[in-house]
Amino acid sequence: MERAWASELIGKSSLAYAGGVADDLFKALADPTRRTILDELADRSGQTLFEICGRLSMKHQLGLSRQAVSQHLAVLESAGLVETRREGRYKYHDLNTAPLRQITERWPVPDASRPEESTP
Amino acid sequence: MKIHLTSVFVDDQTKAERFYTEILGFVKKHDVPVGGEDRWLTVVSPEEAEGTELLLEPAGHPAVKPYRDALVADGIPIAQFAVTDVQAEYERLTGLGVHFTQEPVEMGPVTTAVFDDTCGNLIQIATQPK
Repeated sequence: MERAWASELIGKSSLAYAGGVADDLFKALADPTRRTILDELADRSGQTLFEICGRLSMKHQLGLSRQAVSQHLAVLESAGLVETRREGRYKYHDLNTAPLRQITERWPVPDASRPEESTP
Repeated sequence: MKIHLTSVFVDDQTKAERFYTEILGFVKKHDVPVGGEDRWLTVVSPEEAEGTELLLEPAGHPAVKPYRDALVADGIPIAQFAVTDVQAEYERLTGLGVHFTQEPVEMGPVTTAVFDDTCGNLIQIATQPK
């Protein structure tokens, strides 16, 4: 009983979460440059702004200003997909794919979304 | 006209001399007292004794700190040195305790990495493709 009550609560809160943050998430994912930033952070998490800019211009020929890249990162950060961390004098950007779970929670994918197959 | 000298600001010239010669492997070219503790201190590459000199300039001016702090926070290097193999140099320097803010990455035609010179700057090393 207690367990059912708890899972109901968790279900409710995750629904509320999905409703509140979903717009930010989908907006963040809608832009191809932002998806490329996520690809590069998936290649290696923990990058400085300089490294992200370098990868976009040198690997993807995306001639964006540093300010434009900063703005894309701010959108990704507000969607929770990128997290920034200060380490001494440096600032790094980490990838956080956890918010993507909202998508399959809302529109479950057969097989892949089976609880026994998801990571504990 | 040619570029014969460029400079980096360093927190401490004694420490910088050690890092740029003993760790990076450059050779001291000039070392002239210029008043107080400050020296006109330059190094060159051993591969190019008559090449461009790097001035290790005292960072005493108040504008230097905010300028460098902002660059370092965003991971922006202040100078770039050429190496024949970024990965090998990364391993050599890491072995000597040098901290990298960017590990070697292949970015299109070039491979680059960025390290902290312990004197307040980030330095990029780069290899051009063969």
